[in-house]
Amino acid sequence: MAIFLTKDSRIIVQGMTGSEGRKHTQRMLDAGSQVVGGVTPGKAGQTVDFNGAALPVFGSVAESMAATGADVSVVFVPPRFAKAAVSEAIDAGIGLVVVITEGIPVHDTVGFCAQASSNPARTRVVGPNCPGVISPGASNAGIIPADITGPGRIGLVSKSGTLTYQMMFELRDIGFSTCVGIGGDPVIGTTHIDALQAFEDDPDTTAVVMIGEIGGDAEERAADYIRANITKPVVGYIAGFTAPEGKTMGHAGAIVSGSAGTAEAKKDALEAAGVAVGKTPSDTAKLMRQIIKSLS
Amino acid sequence: MDLYEYQARDLFGAHGVPVLPGRVVTTSEQARAAAVELGGTVVVKAQVKTGGRGKAGGVQLADTPQEAQRKAAAILGMDIKGHTVHRVLVTPACDIVEEYYLSFILDRTHRTFLAMASVQGGMEIEEVAATAPEALAKVPVDPVAGVDARKAAEIVQAAGFPAEVAQPVADTVRRLWDVFVAEDATLVEVNPLVRDPRGSIIALDGKVTLDDNAGFRHPDHAELADPANQDPLEARARARNLNYVKLDGQVGIIGNGAGLVMSTLDVVAYAGQAHGGMKPANFLDIGGGANAQVMADGLDIILGDPDVHAVFVNVFGGITACDQVATGIVQALHILGDAAAKPLVVRLDGNNVVAGRRILAQAAHPLVTMVDTMDAAADKAAELAALTFVKGA
Repeated sequence: MAIFLTKDSRIIVQGMTGSEGRKHTQRMLDAGSQVVGGVTPGKAGQTVDFNGAALPVFGSVAESMAATGADVSVVFVPPRFAKAAVSEAIDAGIGLVVVITEGIPVHDTVGFCAQASSNPARTRVVGPNCPGVISPGASNAGIIPADITGPGRIGLVSKSGTLTYQMMFELRDIGFSTCVGIGGDPVIGTTHIDALQAFEDDPDTTAVVMIGEIGGDAEERAADYIRANITKPVVGYIAGFTAPEGKTMGHAGAIVSGSAGTAEAKKDALEAAGVAVGKTPSDTAKLMRQIIKSLS
Repeated sequence: MDLYEYQARDLFGAHGVPVLPGRVVTTSEQARAAAVELGGTVVVKAQVKTGGRGKAGGVQLADTPQEAQRKAAAILGMDIKGHTVHRVLVTPACDIVEEYYLSFILDRTHRTFLAMASVQGGMEIEEVAATAPEALAKVPVDPVAGVDARKAAEIVQAAGFPAEVAQPVADTVRRLWDVFVAEDATLVEVNPLVRDPRGSIIALDGKVTLDDNAGFRHPDHAELADPANQDPLEARARARNLNYVKLDGQVGIIGNGAGLVMSTLDVVAYAGQAHGGMKPANFLDIGGGANAQVMADGLDIILGDPDVHAVFVNVFGGITACDQVATGIVQALHILGDAAAKPLVVRLDGNNVVAGRRILAQAAHPLVTMVDTMDAAADKAAELAALTFVKGA
């Protein structure tokens, strides 16, 4: 098992006919994911060739679901069209939408998140501006490299893409059940808390690494949630201790404003909730290693 | 992007939020002319993107055009919390009966928008929130339904506005919401919103933060940017589409991915504690799929920073291939030639790492040191920076 994404997940790619969509569809297929088609409005009926396998292109998510039984969509649509694409997927009632697109206006994200939480299917949105979800050895929905590590017992949830890769690399000998890149935008669909609860419920996950960064209060709220609801060991890492106030550090959401959103505050909150917080990525991996050792 | 008061005032005016007339000027002579044109007593207001300008003497009344000129001359060039005043806004003075507060902000925590309103305006709203939280009404706004007449009335009632201004304030609430949505703002704030002796409601001062991601919907927002007030290295980086933030340390940083670069800054700061307090000199994310040119651009910016004494290139190849990064470093050093005179510590891992390390080893550039782990590489970079950094020099 894993969370959000299993070997049975049937994936469609919105924006598969674009260059990024095409490149990453190939990588997802190479990783063994069941990609069953793509969606590009106006290109219904076409096919795209992936090393001899022709994948169908549909005009809408609803059509693709009816034809293929797809239950996951990965969105590579440019920012200008992303809201309409995500909105359409939610309307079609798909289970999971992974929004890779970077640079979506936050008003658009607020709009489709509100839509997702009120639609009857309770579509899960991951992202935007995220690397996606991978259950190593089973399926890969997004752009996380599939060859860093194999399946294992650790769950990972992270705001940052490259720190996700770094942590997968540090702990590659133990392996991961699922790694969820939730994205670094100010507003995101799936939060640390959502992933932590899913890992808590997943029998194949024994411990969780949670990676946060400056900005907002998601880590503080996750700390409260862990204290009350999570029994599995959690190790934390926070990036951005040296970030000055008022400067956006690459991610639209990574900004310290006033006393809110500092790395120090997040670390303190997590430690107060019993989460061991690493000083560096390698230190964090060491903490996880000790936990895994003590459990086996 | 944070706007200046006069830019916020322009956007307010364009959406029907009541504002005073005014002129933005850059010289004291122009301030005098503006005072003549507006007539009567005027207010000369420093245009800076920071609070507390009133206390710093950046807002002054002037009864005559001569006085406006004198006050403007004093304010222009003033330093307010590290911000130099390049422009002043000249507006008619306004008699104030009451001061209120009104804003819409993005509520990250609840993935929605929030209206805030108070009949205790004028002071910093953080102060109101801290000292009299009951005086600050916070009303969540459904992003799909927005703010209609009923919602506006709810906000006005929650804050306890006096009955005689309830209607004009509610109108202002709806117009301010228009600004928020139509301009893709993450903050629109009026403080103070005032009632004058005739009972009119006027937005006397305002703050607006626009969403940079929404620029494609607002070609007119580009001219609101303020390159003159940007760090010159940041401006150069922006022109090359690099994500760069200048910091105050000595170790230049290049990495791929915002989170990894932030983490690199932290690791360098820790390592620097053992090397005379060396700190990161910048944030620079070259992003995914970096090629030789992007690496050359990045190195060029960082080596052009006189504060930098050593550079740490930290790349984890996810999509990015390490051999391309290595080739980029070698080519960049070749392009830069003698301009590249600072030591480089490089740590590569991930996609095609063996080929990447081989390329750097074969190039054997005298300035380049390869180190296998992020922690050890940070330590090496801090050590090398400390060698040439002289305190107080």
